[in-house]
Amino acid sequence: MGKQMEFTDTEFMVCSAARLLEDRKTVFVGWGIPQLVAILAEKLYTPNLIQIFEFGAIGPQSLTPFVRGTMGGPSNVYRSLQWINMNWAFSYAVSGYIDYGMIGALQVDTYGNVNSTLLGESYERPKRRFPGSGGGNEVASLCWKTIVVLKHEPRRFVKRLDFMTSPGYLTGPGAREEMGLPRGSGPYRIVTSKALFGFDEETKRMKLIGVLKGISTEEILREMEFEPVVVEKIEEIEPPTADELHILREEIDPSRVIIGRTTK
Amino acid sequence: MDVLFQGEAEIHFMHPDDFREWVRTHKKREAVEKLMTEREAVSRLVSDGDYITYDFSSLTRGPQALVREIIRQRRQDLWVCAEFTLHETPLLVGAGCASRIDVGFLGYGNYIGRAVTEGKVRVFEWTNGALSFRMLAGAMGVPFVPIRSLIATDTMKYSGAKVVRDPFTGDPVCLVPALHPDVFLVHVHQADVYGNSRIFGTNLFALEAAMASKRVIVSAEEIIDHLEFRKEPSKTTIPYFLVDALVHMPFGAYPGGVHGRYELDLEHIDRLNAIQTDEEMRVYLEEYIYSLESHEEFLEKKVGWKRLKELIRKASIKEGYH
Repeated sequence: MGKQMEFTDTEFMVCSAARLLEDRKTVFVGWGIPQLVAILAEKLYTPNLIQIFEFGAIGPQSLTPFVRGTMGGPSNVYRSLQWINMNWAFSYAVSGYIDYGMIGALQVDTYGNVNSTLLGESYERPKRRFPGSGGGNEVASLCWKTIVVLKHEPRRFVKRLDFMTSPGYLTGPGAREEMGLPRGSGPYRIVTSKALFGFDEETKRMKLIGVLKGISTEEILREMEFEPVVVEKIEEIEPPTADELHILREEIDPSRVIIGRTTK
Repeated sequence: MDVLFQGEAEIHFMHPDDFREWVRTHKKREAVEKLMTEREAVSRLVSDGDYITYDFSSLTRGPQALVREIIRQRRQDLWVCAEFTLHETPLLVGAGCASRIDVGFLGYGNYIGRAVTEGKVRVFEWTNGALSFRMLAGAMGVPFVPIRSLIATDTMKYSGAKVVRDPFTGDPVCLVPALHPDVFLVHVHQADVYGNSRIFGTNLFALEAAMASKRVIVSAEEIIDHLEFRKEPSKTTIPYFLVDALVHMPFGAYPGGVHGRYELDLEHIDRLNAIQTDEEMRVYLEEYIYSLESHEEFLEKKVGWKRLKELIRKASIKEGYH
């Protein structure tokens, strides 16, 4: 790719997350952006990816364009391997069949715990109330590796969550298992509009491993309330490629309702 | 089994034997015709204070016309199982019908969020999985089921679940109580006059909720011959003896779509999504619900054949839905 292309935050997050998935693996797909990620990945990188949806669609070959807001519409569940229901869809995750899970978040903390319920000090009278867990808690509890996708903003990377909707590594090493969550599961990557995080093996704290090309590590750290572990050799993440943007803009979301439009 | 931890939410719960007795007494085994109008179904089977649940989502095969009828009849103090809900909870709360919500997914938009912050409605935290497993426990006739999610979070703390030490593994495990809704509303592709029902495509917990609920109202796109069910029994989603009332309601999921029949109406959905204030809510309820007598009148006056025809044409994917 010659000339640098303009892209939106959402476009970058979708592309960055799509590059993380592996072919011939299962992924539990949350509502919204994760749906775009899975479709892009299937079209460009992982044609044999098996998408699992909580409402019981197993392995669809989703059609494009993506119908905004839809979860379970006919183009979304096109040519699945199986149509079943929610209890069985989650049971696939409970019994260990789901490799990746992908969800969004309002806030995350250093252990990858997720808030998608509310903002404010009080549960009874929050400042703002959001939809809550949906199936996010199941995804974060039960899939082998959970990927969380969210915008890179200081108010989202907090020292203390206003509410822990879904579990990351809770309070650190061993905490998940001790509390009764499935052994060996947990957050794997945090994909943001500027960076990519993994988790430190020993401390289970968030670890900066990649930064969008052209952005400094200082800028990333400045926009977080807590300080993540930083690897010595930070990967430079390529911006969305022309191919990725073409598929996203022309095939998946031509009305740009989800990915947005660049200002220029 | 020692309880290690316990959530603080109020729960809707019924002893399994009480439910068995309800089934013995109230669920007719004989096949009788159950067709009636939506007005009759809701006035007979939905009462103030009831716990209601529905399948599937606001955008796909949700029982939207039945929900509108509940609003039209101004039921009060309902406790709603909100799963895959986008617009039902804002409408039910905005219309003053619902006072409590079990949250899997609260609903879409600022209206419902603000109703919670202002204390207009009480919410109890669950997850989509916890609620659907609760429904499964209800269908199984057991008091609870163990689950591996929900545990160790604030969601758990504000739910009505309990964590115990599992006597088999010795590890902590989360128990969620069986759910026995008072009313289950479900919109299906096809039904016969007795209430045998077919859903094509996926569902949340259609059979589980039909088995676990005290009363079941089915609305159907199409009424077909009973013999069709006998010819292809593997297509039966809900057998008639679970069903209490049947309403023939083409476009009963509008503005959502029904697989293989019609697509969702995004313009109308945007109108619902845009509701932010009480005044906007009042205007919507008046225009689309209170001022109309029935679903039929809603379709005639507010949607129109031209629009419906477009939505039918858009539903060009038929495979798997017959």
